[in-house]
Amino acid sequence: MSELKPRKDLLDIEGLELPEIEYVLSNAVPFKQLFQRSVKKVPTLRGKTVLNLFYEPSTRTSSSFEVAANRMSADVTNFTVSSSSVVKGESLLDTIETLQAMRSDYIVIRHQAAGVPNIVAKHTGASVINAGDGYHAHPTQALLDAMTFREVYPDYQGRKMVIVGDVLHSRVARSTSTLFHKLGIEVGVLGPGTLIPSGRHEFIRRFRSWDEVFDWKPDAVYLLRVQLERQEGMFFPSIAEYHKMYGMNTERLVRMRQIGAYLMHPGPVNRGVEITDEAMRYERSLISTQVENGIAVRMAVLHWLKPETDTD
Amino acid sequence: MSESGDHVREAILSPEEISAGVADLARQIAYRCAGDEVAFVGIYTRGVTLARRVAEALKAQGLRYPVGTLDISLYRDDFDNRGADLPTLESSDIPFGLDGIRVILFDEVIFTGRTIRAALDGLMDYGRPAKIELAVLVDRGHREIPIQPDYVSTHIGTTRDQYVKVRFREDDGGEEGVFLETPRKVPAA
Repeated sequence: MSELKPRKDLLDIEGLELPEIEYVLSNAVPFKQLFQRSVKKVPTLRGKTVLNLFYEPSTRTSSSFEVAANRMSADVTNFTVSSSSVVKGESLLDTIETLQAMRSDYIVIRHQAAGVPNIVAKHTGASVINAGDGYHAHPTQALLDAMTFREVYPDYQGRKMVIVGDVLHSRVARSTSTLFHKLGIEVGVLGPGTLIPSGRHEFIRRFRSWDEVFDWKPDAVYLLRVQLERQEGMFFPSIAEYHKMYGMNTERLVRMRQIGAYLMHPGPVNRGVEITDEAMRYERSLISTQVENGIAVRMAVLHWLKPETDTD
Repeated sequence: MSESGDHVREAILSPEEISAGVADLARQIAYRCAGDEVAFVGIYTRGVTLARRVAEALKAQGLRYPVGTLDISLYRDDFDNRGADLPTLESSDIPFGLDGIRVILFDEVIFTGRTIRAALDGLMDYGRPAKIELAVLVDRGHREIPIQPDYVSTHIGTTRDQYVKVRFREDDGGEEGVFLETPRKVPAA
Protein backbone atom coordinates (compact mmCIF):
# COMPACT_ATOMS: atom_id res chain seq x y z
CA MET A 1 0.00 0.00 0.00
CA SER A 2 1.23 3.47 -0.70
CA GLU A 3 -0.04 6.64 0.84
CA LEU A 4 -0.72 8.83 -2.16
CA LYS A 5 -3.48 11.33 -2.25
CA PRO A 6 -6.14 10.27 -4.76
CA ARG A 7 -5.81 12.08 -8.08
CA LYS A 8 -8.68 12.66 -10.48
CA ASP A 9 -6.92 13.74 -13.66
CA LEU A 10 -3.66 13.30 -15.52
CA LEU A 11 -3.07 16.55 -17.40
CA ASP A 12 0.69 17.03 -17.56
CA ILE A 13 3.98 15.79 -16.14
CA GLU A 14 4.93 19.01 -14.35
CA GLY A 15 2.18 18.53 -11.76
CA LEU A 16 3.20 14.99 -10.79
CA GLU A 17 5.06 14.11 -7.62
CA LEU A 18 7.87 11.59 -7.81
CA PRO A 19 6.06 8.95 -5.66
CA GLU A 20 3.11 9.13 -8.06
CA ILE A 21 5.40 8.58 -11.03
CA GLU A 22 7.03 5.63 -9.28
CA TYR A 23 3.60 4.24 -8.40
CA VAL A 24 2.38 4.25 -12.00
CA LEU A 25 5.64 2.95 -13.45
CA SER A 26 5.91 0.10 -10.95
CA ASN A 27 2.27 -0.92 -11.41
CA ALA A 28 2.73 -0.93 -15.19
CA VAL A 29 5.08 -3.92 -14.82
CA PRO A 30 2.44 -6.41 -13.52
CA PHE A 31 -0.01 -5.03 -16.10
CA LYS A 32 2.48 -5.82 -18.85
CA GLN A 33 2.85 -9.37 -17.51
CA LEU A 34 -0.86 -9.94 -18.09
CA PHE A 35 -0.12 -9.76 -21.84
CA GLN A 36 1.70 -13.09 -21.55
CA ARG A 37 -1.42 -14.90 -20.34
CA SER A 38 -3.97 -16.39 -22.67
CA VAL A 39 -6.60 -14.32 -20.83
CA LYS A 40 -5.20 -10.79 -21.10
CA LYS A 41 -8.08 -9.15 -19.35
CA VAL A 42 -8.80 -8.30 -15.71
CA PRO A 43 -12.23 -7.33 -14.32
CA THR A 44 -11.07 -4.22 -12.42
CA LEU A 45 -13.07 -1.60 -14.36
CA ARG A 46 -16.10 -3.74 -15.12
CA GLY A 47 -19.14 -1.51 -15.63
CA LYS A 48 -17.04 1.66 -15.99
CA THR A 49 -17.02 3.68 -19.18
CA VAL A 50 -14.11 5.29 -20.96
CA LEU A 51 -14.75 7.95 -23.57
CA ASN A 52 -12.07 8.53 -26.16
CA LEU A 53 -12.59 12.12 -27.27
CA PHE A 54 -10.25 12.95 -30.13
CA TYR A 55 -10.33 16.35 -31.83
CA GLU A 56 -7.16 15.49 -33.76
CA PRO A 57 -6.69 12.33 -35.77
CA SER A 58 -4.65 9.70 -33.96
CA THR A 59 -5.00 6.03 -34.64
CA ARG A 60 -2.18 4.88 -32.41
CA THR A 61 -2.89 6.74 -29.22
CA SER A 62 -6.64 6.21 -29.34
CA SER A 63 -6.19 2.48 -30.11
CA SER A 64 -3.68 2.15 -27.30
CA PHE A 65 -6.13 3.69 -24.82
CA GLU A 66 -8.89 1.52 -26.23
CA VAL A 67 -6.90 -1.70 -25.81
CA ALA A 68 -5.87 -0.62 -22.30
CA ALA A 69 -9.47 0.09 -21.30
CA ASN A 70 -10.68 -3.17 -22.85
CA ARG A 71 -8.08 -5.16 -20.93
CA MET A 72 -9.40 -3.56 -17.73
CA SER A 73 -12.95 -4.65 -18.75
CA ALA A 74 -14.20 -1.06 -19.16
CA ASP A 75 -16.62 -0.14 -21.93
CA VAL A 76 -15.11 2.21 -24.50
CA THR A 77 -16.82 4.76 -26.68
CA ASN A 78 -14.83 6.49 -29.41
CA PHE A 79 -15.91 10.03 -30.10
CA THR A 80 -13.91 11.57 -32.94
CA VAL A 81 -14.62 15.17 -33.73
CA SER A 82 -13.40 16.51 -37.03
CA SER A 83 -11.63 19.73 -36.32
CA SER A 84 -13.39 21.61 -39.10
CA SER A 85 -16.75 21.23 -37.39
CA VAL A 86 -15.46 22.66 -34.15
CA VAL A 87 -16.37 26.23 -33.46
CA LYS A 88 -14.25 27.38 -30.59
CA GLY A 89 -15.43 28.59 -27.20
CA GLU A 90 -19.03 27.77 -26.62
CA SER A 91 -19.04 24.51 -28.53
CA LEU A 92 -16.47 23.00 -26.19
CA LEU A 93 -18.69 23.72 -23.21
CA ASP A 94 -21.62 22.27 -25.09
CA THR A 95 -19.61 19.14 -25.70
CA ILE A 96 -18.73 18.92 -22.03
CA GLU A 97 -22.41 19.12 -21.16
CA THR A 98 -23.11 16.25 -23.54
CA LEU A 99 -20.30 14.25 -21.96
CA GLN A 100 -21.67 14.88 -18.48
CA ALA A 101 -25.00 13.48 -19.59
CA MET A 102 -23.25 10.35 -20.89
CA ARG A 103 -21.85 9.74 -17.39
CA SER A 104 -18.47 8.57 -18.52
CA ASP A 105 -16.06 7.68 -15.73
CA TYR A 106 -12.91 8.43 -17.71
CA ILE A 107 -12.43 10.86 -20.58
CA VAL A 108 -9.33 10.52 -22.73
CA ILE A 109 -8.92 13.72 -24.68
CA ARG A 110 -6.73 14.94 -27.50
CA HIS A 111 -7.10 18.49 -28.78
CA GLN A 112 -5.11 20.81 -31.00
CA ALA A 113 -5.34 23.62 -28.45
CA ALA A 114 -3.24 23.54 -25.30
CA GLY A 115 -5.22 23.61 -22.08
CA VAL A 116 -8.46 22.09 -23.35
CA PRO A 117 -8.10 18.95 -21.18
CA ASN A 118 -7.71 21.20 -18.12
CA ILE A 119 -10.95 22.99 -18.96
CA VAL A 120 -12.81 19.70 -19.45
CA ALA A 121 -11.36 18.37 -16.18
CA LYS A 122 -12.66 21.38 -14.26
CA HIS A 123 -16.18 20.89 -15.56
CA THR A 124 -16.64 17.17 -15.09
CA GLY A 125 -16.39 14.63 -12.33
CA ALA A 126 -14.91 12.12 -14.75
CA SER A 127 -11.19 11.47 -14.66
CA VAL A 128 -9.62 13.31 -17.58
CA ILE A 129 -6.49 11.96 -19.23
CA ASN A 130 -4.65 14.29 -21.55
CA ALA A 131 -3.73 12.34 -24.69
CA GLY A 132 -2.00 15.35 -26.25
CA ASP A 133 -2.99 19.01 -26.32
CA GLY A 134 -1.38 21.39 -28.79
CA TYR A 135 2.31 21.86 -28.08
CA HIS A 136 1.69 21.46 -24.37
CA ALA A 137 1.76 17.92 -23.02
CA HIS A 138 1.40 14.20 -23.70
CA PRO A 139 1.90 12.68 -20.27
CA THR A 140 1.15 9.01 -21.03
CA GLN A 141 3.73 9.10 -23.84
CA ALA A 142 6.31 10.35 -21.35
CA LEU A 143 5.39 7.59 -18.88
CA LEU A 144 5.69 4.85 -21.49
CA ASP A 145 9.02 6.29 -22.62
CA ALA A 146 10.28 6.20 -19.04
CA MET A 147 9.04 2.64 -18.56
CA THR A 148 10.82 1.58 -21.77
CA PHE A 149 14.08 3.31 -20.82
CA ARG A 150 14.01 1.80 -17.32
CA GLU A 151 13.46 -1.71 -18.68
CA VAL A 152 16.72 -1.60 -20.60
CA TYR A 153 18.50 0.45 -17.93
CA PRO A 154 17.39 -0.58 -14.44
CA ASP A 155 20.21 1.70 -13.24
CA TYR A 156 18.68 4.62 -15.14
CA GLN A 157 19.77 7.46 -12.89
CA GLY A 158 22.57 9.51 -14.36
CA ARG A 159 22.10 7.97 -17.81
CA LYS A 160 21.69 10.13 -20.88
CA MET A 161 19.19 10.52 -23.66
CA VAL A 162 19.19 12.86 -26.61
CA ILE A 163 16.01 13.95 -28.37
CA VAL A 164 16.45 14.69 -32.06
CA GLY A 165 14.09 16.73 -34.19
CA ASP A 166 11.23 19.11 -34.12
CA VAL A 167 11.42 19.98 -30.42
CA LEU A 168 9.47 23.22 -30.85
CA HIS A 169 6.35 21.50 -32.12
CA SER A 170 6.60 18.53 -29.86
CA ARG A 171 4.51 17.96 -26.76
CA VAL A 172 6.25 14.59 -26.65
CA ALA A 173 9.63 16.28 -26.31
CA ARG A 174 8.27 18.55 -23.62
CA SER A 175 6.60 15.87 -21.48
CA THR A 176 9.28 13.24 -21.97
CA SER A 177 12.19 15.56 -21.24
CA THR A 178 10.45 16.88 -18.12
CA LEU A 179 9.77 13.37 -16.84
CA PHE A 180 13.26 12.10 -17.61
CA HIS A 181 14.71 15.11 -15.81
CA LYS A 182 12.53 14.34 -12.76
CA LEU A 183 13.82 10.77 -12.78
CA GLY A 184 17.43 11.90 -12.86
CA ILE A 185 18.13 11.07 -16.50
CA GLU A 186 20.11 13.70 -18.41
CA VAL A 187 18.43 15.07 -21.52
CA GLY A 188 19.95 16.70 -24.57
CA VAL A 189 18.40 17.93 -27.80
CA LEU A 190 19.53 18.20 -31.39
CA GLY A 191 17.47 19.79 -34.11
CA PRO A 192 17.18 22.62 -36.59
CA GLY A 193 17.95 25.88 -34.83
CA THR A 194 14.53 27.21 -35.68
CA LEU A 195 12.90 24.25 -33.96
CA ILE A 196 14.71 24.36 -30.64
CA PRO A 197 12.73 26.46 -28.19
CA SER A 198 14.76 29.14 -26.49
CA GLY A 199 14.61 30.08 -22.86
CA ARG A 200 12.63 27.07 -21.70
CA HIS A 201 13.97 23.98 -19.95
CA GLU A 202 17.35 25.21 -18.83
CA PHE A 203 18.27 21.68 -17.74
CA ILE A 204 18.39 20.53 -21.34
CA ARG A 205 21.72 20.37 -23.08
CA ARG A 206 21.70 21.60 -26.68
CA PHE A 207 23.81 20.06 -29.43
CA ARG A 208 24.68 21.57 -32.77
CA SER A 209 25.69 18.40 -34.61
CA TRP A 210 25.58 14.62 -34.51
CA ASP A 211 29.32 14.66 -33.78
CA GLU A 212 28.64 16.50 -30.55
CA VAL A 213 25.85 14.05 -29.76
CA PHE A 214 28.03 10.98 -30.24
CA ASP A 215 30.88 12.55 -28.26
CA TRP A 216 28.41 12.86 -25.36
CA LYS A 217 27.75 9.08 -25.64
CA PRO A 218 24.00 9.03 -25.00
CA ASP A 219 22.42 5.77 -23.76
CA ALA A 220 19.43 6.33 -26.01
CA VAL A 221 18.59 8.46 -29.02
CA TYR A 222 14.97 9.53 -29.28
CA LEU A 223 13.91 10.54 -32.77
CA LEU A 224 10.89 12.77 -32.97
CA ARG A 225 8.45 12.49 -35.81
CA VAL A 226 8.69 15.36 -38.25
CA GLN A 227 5.17 16.70 -38.12
CA LEU A 228 4.68 17.31 -41.80
CA GLU A 229 1.14 18.52 -41.16
CA ARG A 230 2.46 21.36 -39.00
CA GLN A 231 5.05 22.63 -41.44
CA GLU A 232 3.01 25.34 -43.15
CA GLY A 233 5.49 27.91 -41.88
CA MET A 234 8.50 25.96 -43.24
CA PHE A 235 10.88 26.03 -40.31
CA PHE A 236 13.54 24.19 -42.31
CA PRO A 237 14.34 24.30 -46.04
CA SER A 238 13.19 20.85 -47.19
CA ILE A 239 12.49 17.30 -46.13
CA ALA A 240 15.61 16.13 -47.95
CA GLU A 241 17.66 18.68 -46.09
CA TYR A 242 16.17 17.61 -42.77
CA HIS A 243 16.94 13.98 -43.52
CA LYS A 244 20.52 14.80 -44.41
CA MET A 245 21.10 16.89 -41.30
CA TYR A 246 19.13 15.07 -38.63
CA GLY A 247 17.83 11.74 -39.93
CA MET A 248 19.03 8.39 -38.62
CA ASN A 249 20.98 7.08 -41.61
CA THR A 250 23.54 4.33 -42.26
CA GLU A 251 26.52 6.33 -41.12
CA ARG A 252 24.88 7.43 -37.87
CA LEU A 253 23.68 3.88 -37.26
CA VAL A 254 27.32 2.74 -37.29
CA ARG A 255 28.07 5.21 -34.53
CA MET A 256 24.94 4.14 -32.60
CA ARG A 257 26.32 0.59 -32.63
CA GLN A 258 29.73 1.76 -31.48
CA ILE A 259 28.30 3.36 -28.35
CA GLY A 260 25.56 0.73 -27.89
CA ALA A 261 22.78 3.34 -27.82
CA TYR A 262 19.13 2.35 -27.98
CA LEU A 263 16.79 3.97 -30.50
CA MET A 264 13.36 5.31 -29.57
CA HIS A 265 10.57 6.99 -31.56
CA PRO A 266 7.00 7.85 -30.51
CA GLY A 267 5.55 6.79 -33.87
CA PRO A 268 4.25 6.91 -36.45
CA VAL A 269 7.56 7.11 -38.30
CA ASN A 270 8.19 8.98 -41.54
CA ARG A 271 10.52 6.65 -43.39
CA GLY A 272 13.03 8.62 -45.40
CA VAL A 273 12.62 11.69 -43.21
CA GLU A 274 13.75 11.17 -39.62
CA ILE A 275 14.55 7.49 -40.06
CA THR A 276 15.64 5.10 -42.84
CA ASP A 277 14.37 1.58 -43.55
CA GLU A 278 17.70 0.25 -42.33
CA ALA A 279 17.42 2.10 -39.02
CA MET A 280 13.95 0.64 -38.55
CA ARG A 281 15.64 -2.77 -38.38
CA TYR A 282 18.28 -1.65 -35.86
CA GLU A 283 18.72 -4.40 -33.26
CA ARG A 284 18.57 -1.92 -30.40
CA SER A 285 15.38 -0.27 -31.58
CA LEU A 286 12.80 0.01 -28.80
CA ILE A 287 10.01 1.28 -31.03
CA SER A 288 7.77 -1.82 -30.74
CA THR A 289 8.48 -2.07 -27.02
CA GLN A 290 7.24 1.50 -26.67
CA VAL A 291 3.94 0.49 -28.27
CA GLU A 292 3.52 -2.48 -25.94
CA ASN A 293 4.51 -0.48 -22.87
CA GLY A 294 2.04 2.21 -23.90
CA ILE A 295 -0.83 -0.17 -23.22
CA ALA A 296 0.60 -1.25 -19.85
CA VAL A 297 1.21 2.33 -18.72
CA ARG A 298 -2.28 3.43 -19.78
CA MET A 299 -3.77 0.52 -17.81
CA ALA A 300 -1.76 1.64 -14.79
CA VAL A 301 -3.02 5.21 -15.26
CA LEU A 302 -6.68 4.09 -15.50
CA HIS A 303 -6.12 2.01 -12.37
CA TRP A 304 -4.57 4.93 -10.51
CA LEU A 305 -6.93 7.83 -11.26
CA LYS A 306 -10.08 8.14 -9.18
CA PRO A 307 -13.12 9.65 -10.88
CA GLU A 308 -15.46 11.78 -8.79
CA THR A 309 -18.58 10.51 -10.49
CA ASP A 310 -21.78 9.77 -8.63
CA THR A 311 -22.58 6.12 -8.36
CA ASP A 312 -26.20 6.56 -7.30
CA MET B 1 -0.78 -9.05 26.22
CA SER B 2 0.38 -5.62 25.15
CA GLU B 3 -1.51 -2.39 24.80
CA SER B 4 -1.11 0.46 22.39
CA GLY B 5 -3.11 3.59 21.70
CA ASP B 6 -6.16 2.23 19.94
CA HIS B 7 -6.18 -1.51 20.50
CA VAL B 8 -5.20 -4.33 22.82
CA ARG B 9 -2.91 -6.92 21.30
CA GLU B 10 -2.79 -10.53 22.41
CA ALA B 11 -0.46 -13.26 21.12
CA ILE B 12 -2.48 -16.30 20.11
CA LEU B 13 0.11 -18.41 18.31
CA SER B 14 3.82 -18.50 19.16
CA PRO B 15 6.53 -19.07 16.51
CA GLU B 16 6.69 -22.71 17.63
CA GLU B 17 2.93 -23.07 17.24
CA ILE B 18 3.13 -21.59 13.74
CA SER B 19 5.78 -24.18 12.81
CA ALA B 20 3.56 -26.93 14.20
CA GLY B 21 0.67 -25.49 12.17
CA VAL B 22 2.75 -25.57 8.98
CA ALA B 23 3.73 -29.18 9.69
CA ASP B 24 0.07 -30.00 10.31
CA LEU B 25 -1.01 -28.50 6.95
CA ALA B 26 1.79 -30.42 5.22
CA ARG B 27 0.58 -33.67 6.81
CA GLN B 28 -3.04 -33.12 5.77
CA ILE B 29 -2.07 -32.25 2.22
CA ALA B 30 0.36 -35.17 1.82
CA TYR B 31 -2.31 -37.57 3.04
CA ARG B 32 -5.15 -36.31 0.89
CA CYS B 33 -3.21 -35.55 -2.29
CA ALA B 34 -1.20 -38.77 -2.48
CA GLY B 35 -0.54 -39.64 -6.11
CA ASP B 36 -2.02 -36.44 -7.58
CA GLU B 37 -0.25 -33.80 -9.62
CA VAL B 38 -0.36 -30.84 -7.22
CA ALA B 39 0.75 -27.22 -7.39
CA PHE B 40 0.54 -24.48 -4.75
CA VAL B 41 -0.49 -20.89 -5.39
CA GLY B 42 0.02 -18.36 -2.61
CA ILE B 43 -1.92 -15.11 -2.36
CA TYR B 44 0.30 -12.06 -1.80
CA THR B 45 1.89 -11.40 0.64
CA ARG B 46 1.73 -13.90 3.48
CA GLY B 47 -0.16 -16.60 1.58
CA VAL B 48 2.96 -16.85 -0.57
CA THR B 49 5.15 -17.33 2.49
CA LEU B 50 2.79 -19.93 3.94
CA ALA B 51 2.74 -21.86 0.64
CA ARG B 52 6.55 -21.80 0.49
CA ARG B 53 6.89 -23.05 4.06
CA VAL B 54 4.45 -25.92 3.52
CA ALA B 55 6.16 -26.82 0.23
CA GLU B 56 9.49 -26.86 2.05
CA ALA B 57 8.08 -29.17 4.74
CA LEU B 58 6.80 -31.54 2.06
CA LYS B 59 10.15 -31.56 0.27
CA ALA B 60 11.56 -33.34 3.33
CA GLN B 61 9.09 -36.13 2.58
CA GLY B 62 10.16 -36.30 -1.05
CA LEU B 63 7.11 -34.43 -2.34
CA ARG B 64 8.01 -31.59 -4.68
CA TYR B 65 5.15 -29.19 -5.33
CA PRO B 66 5.82 -26.00 -7.32
CA VAL B 67 4.74 -22.70 -5.78
CA GLY B 68 3.19 -19.86 -7.78
CA THR B 69 2.16 -16.40 -6.60
CA LEU B 70 -1.03 -14.47 -7.17
CA ASP B 71 -1.84 -10.79 -6.65
CA ILE B 72 -5.60 -10.36 -6.38
CA SER B 73 -5.76 -6.54 -6.32
CA LEU B 74 -7.20 -6.34 -9.84
CA TYR B 75 -9.95 -8.83 -8.95
CA ARG B 76 -11.23 -7.27 -5.72
CA ASP B 77 -14.87 -6.24 -5.38
CA ASP B 78 -14.14 -3.02 -3.47
CA PHE B 79 -12.13 -1.11 -6.10
CA ASP B 80 -14.57 1.82 -5.97
CA ASN B 81 -13.94 2.27 -2.26
CA ARG B 82 -10.19 2.58 -2.51
CA GLY B 83 -9.10 5.55 -0.48
CA ALA B 84 -5.68 6.81 0.39
CA ASP B 85 -4.39 3.23 0.40
CA LEU B 86 -3.70 2.67 -3.26
CA PRO B 87 -2.79 -0.93 -3.95
CA THR B 88 0.75 -1.40 -5.18
CA LEU B 89 0.52 -4.29 -7.59
CA GLU B 90 2.78 -7.31 -7.36
CA SER B 91 3.70 -9.55 -10.26
CA SER B 92 1.67 -12.73 -10.25
CA ASP B 93 3.99 -15.56 -11.23
CA ILE B 94 2.51 -18.94 -12.08
CA PRO B 95 5.29 -20.61 -14.07
CA PHE B 96 3.44 -23.88 -14.66
CA GLY B 97 0.28 -24.88 -16.51
CA LEU B 98 -2.82 -25.21 -14.36
CA ASP B 99 -4.92 -27.22 -16.79
CA GLY B 100 -5.98 -30.56 -15.35
CA ILE B 101 -3.94 -30.39 -12.13
CA ARG B 102 -4.92 -30.09 -8.46
CA VAL B 103 -4.23 -26.56 -7.23
CA ILE B 104 -4.09 -25.59 -3.58
CA LEU B 105 -4.54 -21.88 -2.86
CA PHE B 106 -2.88 -20.51 0.27
CA ASP B 107 -3.78 -17.55 2.41
CA GLU B 108 -2.69 -16.91 5.99
CA VAL B 109 -6.18 -16.11 7.35
CA ILE B 110 -9.69 -16.63 6.06
CA PHE B 111 -12.22 -14.04 7.22
CA THR B 112 -15.07 -12.83 4.97
CA GLY B 113 -14.06 -15.10 2.08
CA ARG B 114 -13.98 -12.19 -0.39
CA THR B 115 -10.24 -12.39 -0.95
CA ILE B 116 -10.61 -16.05 -1.90
CA ARG B 117 -13.49 -15.21 -4.26
CA ALA B 118 -11.19 -12.74 -6.01
CA ALA B 119 -8.35 -15.29 -6.05
CA LEU B 120 -10.55 -17.92 -7.69
CA ASP B 121 -11.41 -15.51 -10.49
CA GLY B 122 -7.77 -14.58 -10.90
CA LEU B 123 -6.60 -18.18 -10.85
CA MET B 124 -9.04 -19.29 -13.51
CA ASP B 125 -7.69 -16.68 -15.91
CA TYR B 126 -4.49 -18.75 -15.89
CA GLY B 127 -6.10 -22.06 -16.81
CA ARG B 128 -8.61 -24.71 -15.85
CA PRO B 129 -7.39 -26.82 -12.94
CA ALA B 130 -9.01 -30.22 -12.32
CA LYS B 131 -9.62 -29.12 -8.75
CA ILE B 132 -8.97 -26.06 -6.58
CA GLU B 133 -8.68 -26.29 -2.81
CA LEU B 134 -7.89 -23.82 -0.09
CA ALA B 135 -5.40 -24.02 2.78
CA VAL B 136 -5.15 -21.45 5.58
CA LEU B 137 -3.21 -21.12 8.80
CA VAL B 138 -6.10 -19.48 10.68
CA ASP B 139 -9.87 -19.56 10.18
CA ARG B 140 -11.39 -16.72 12.19
CA GLY B 141 -14.99 -17.06 11.00
CA HIS B 142 -17.42 -14.32 9.85
CA ARG B 143 -17.83 -15.47 6.26
CA GLU B 144 -19.82 -13.19 3.96
CA ILE B 145 -19.89 -15.59 1.00
CA PRO B 146 -20.13 -19.38 0.88
CA ILE B 147 -16.44 -20.27 0.64
CA GLN B 148 -14.80 -22.68 3.09
CA PRO B 149 -11.20 -23.85 3.47
CA ASP B 150 -10.23 -27.48 2.84
CA TYR B 151 -7.13 -27.44 5.05
CA VAL B 152 -7.04 -25.44 8.29
CA SER B 153 -4.44 -25.44 11.00
CA THR B 154 -6.17 -23.32 13.68
CA HIS B 155 -9.70 -22.09 14.29
CA ILE B 156 -9.97 -18.91 16.34
CA GLY B 157 -13.21 -17.51 17.70
CA THR B 158 -13.32 -13.76 17.13
CA THR B 159 -15.75 -10.87 17.15
CA ARG B 160 -16.37 -9.04 13.89
CA ASP B 161 -14.38 -5.93 14.90
CA GLN B 162 -11.22 -7.75 15.97
CA TYR B 163 -8.18 -8.13 13.72
CA VAL B 164 -6.11 -11.28 13.34
CA LYS B 165 -2.57 -10.34 12.35
CA VAL B 166 -0.16 -12.97 11.12
CA ARG B 167 3.48 -11.95 11.19
CA PHE B 168 6.05 -14.01 9.29
CA ARG B 169 9.72 -13.26 9.73
CA GLU B 170 10.25 -13.24 5.92
CA ASP B 171 7.67 -10.47 5.45
CA ASP B 172 7.66 -8.59 8.72
CA GLY B 173 11.23 -7.68 9.54
CA GLY B 174 11.91 -10.79 11.62
CA GLU B 175 8.71 -10.69 13.68
CA GLU B 176 6.92 -14.04 13.96
CA GLY B 177 3.58 -14.83 15.58
CA VAL B 178 -0.18 -14.59 15.28
CA PHE B 179 -1.87 -11.80 17.21
CA LEU B 180 -5.44 -10.87 18.03
CA GLU B 181 -6.07 -7.14 18.14
CA THR B 182 -9.15 -5.81 19.89
CA PRO B 183 -10.13 -2.18 19.36
CA ARG B 184 -10.14 -0.28 22.63
CA LYS B 185 -13.58 0.92 23.65
CA VAL B 186 -13.89 4.69 23.56
CA PRO B 187 -13.90 5.65 27.27
CA ALA B 188 -17.01 7.34 28.50
CA ALA B 189 -16.54 11.08 28.84
